[in-house]
Amino acid sequence: MTTVKLPSDELLRRRRARNWALGGVLLAFVLLFYLVTIVRIGLSP
Amino acid sequence: MSVTDTTTPDLLAPGGLSAASVGDYWALLKPRVMSLVVFTGFVGYWMAPGHLHPVLASVAILCIALGAGASGAINMWYDRDIDAIMHRTRLRPIPAGRMTPEEALAFGVILAVGSVILMGLAVNPAAAGLLALTILFYVFVYTVWLKRSTPQNIVIGGAAGAFPPMIGWTAVTGDIGLPSLALFALIFFWTPPHFWALSLYRSGDYERAGVPMLPVVAGLRETKRQILVYTLVLWPVSIAPYFLHIAGPAYLATAIAMSLGFTWLAIRVCRAQGDGAARRMFRFSLLYLFVLFAALLVDRVPA
Repeated sequence: MTTVKLPSDELLRRRRARNWALGGVLLAFVLLFYLVTIVRIGLSP
Repeated sequence: MSVTDTTTPDLLAPGGLSAASVGDYWALLKPRVMSLVVFTGFVGYWMAPGHLHPVLASVAILCIALGAGASGAINMWYDRDIDAIMHRTRLRPIPAGRMTPEEALAFGVILAVGSVILMGLAVNPAAAGLLALTILFYVFVYTVWLKRSTPQNIVIGGAAGAFPPMIGWTAVTGDIGLPSLALFALIFFWTPPHFWALSLYRSGDYERAGVPMLPVVAGLRETKRQILVYTLVLWPVSIAPYFLHIAGPAYLATAIAMSLGFTWLAIRVCRAQGDGAARRMFRFSLLYLFVLFAALLVDRVPA
């Protein structure tokens, strides 16, 4: 018989917050790379 | 198999689930140090002759911030043993047990590599190379080599903190100019009196952790003398931007006034017995750098 310890609500809340933050960062990077690409294309002769 | 419906009694993560919060990751970046780095990096960009598209300039500043944060995270990974001993650092995410060392290292390395690649792709290879050099210098030369081996750790290691305005400058021009070296020198010679003022009233912490800061190795008297020497060395360095024609008379007046204040406080530190003068010197050192770089920002002489 194995006893499995479930994560506490606090740990789950932190994981959810990390996931949202990581999602936001990834989205921001997509936007950033898009903007950089547009600017660099515009600057190229 | 039975599943016991109990929650963890502390913040240790069961089943590999990280206990770190978003705030812990933010703390790894050393946000207060990062804010000064971003500010000086921005001034370097602002002072440089030439033009950089605002989006690319923002990316350059972001990369400087991420690179500084990455250095801080890797530093916290390497120094986790002494951070747990020192009063000032014992509540950082790793020694406090909220984050594993591996998480911190991975976070730092990803940010370091990502910031350099982004700088290279978006801005220019010279700025990316300088950013990589800064991160490598801070991690390997300061953190791994000098910090635990010599009382000159923050003198030589201070170069890492002095690079950001040079990176900002290089982001615009594509090369390292003499004026950017003046901005580098300003932070480089400011670092020893800044850190030694702090270490005067934190020497017990450093001694317990075995970090050979100057007050621990050479004593308080010699540290105070060195603080005064570096404060005097800062005089020609602080007024150099005026004579290099990158800043105007308002900057010169500000630099003289702030250097007078800094020197006066250094003399007070030399004469004082308690911690009060060192604490005032440390606080003023932050103001000194901020005001001088703000004056550069305001009284820039266009190329």
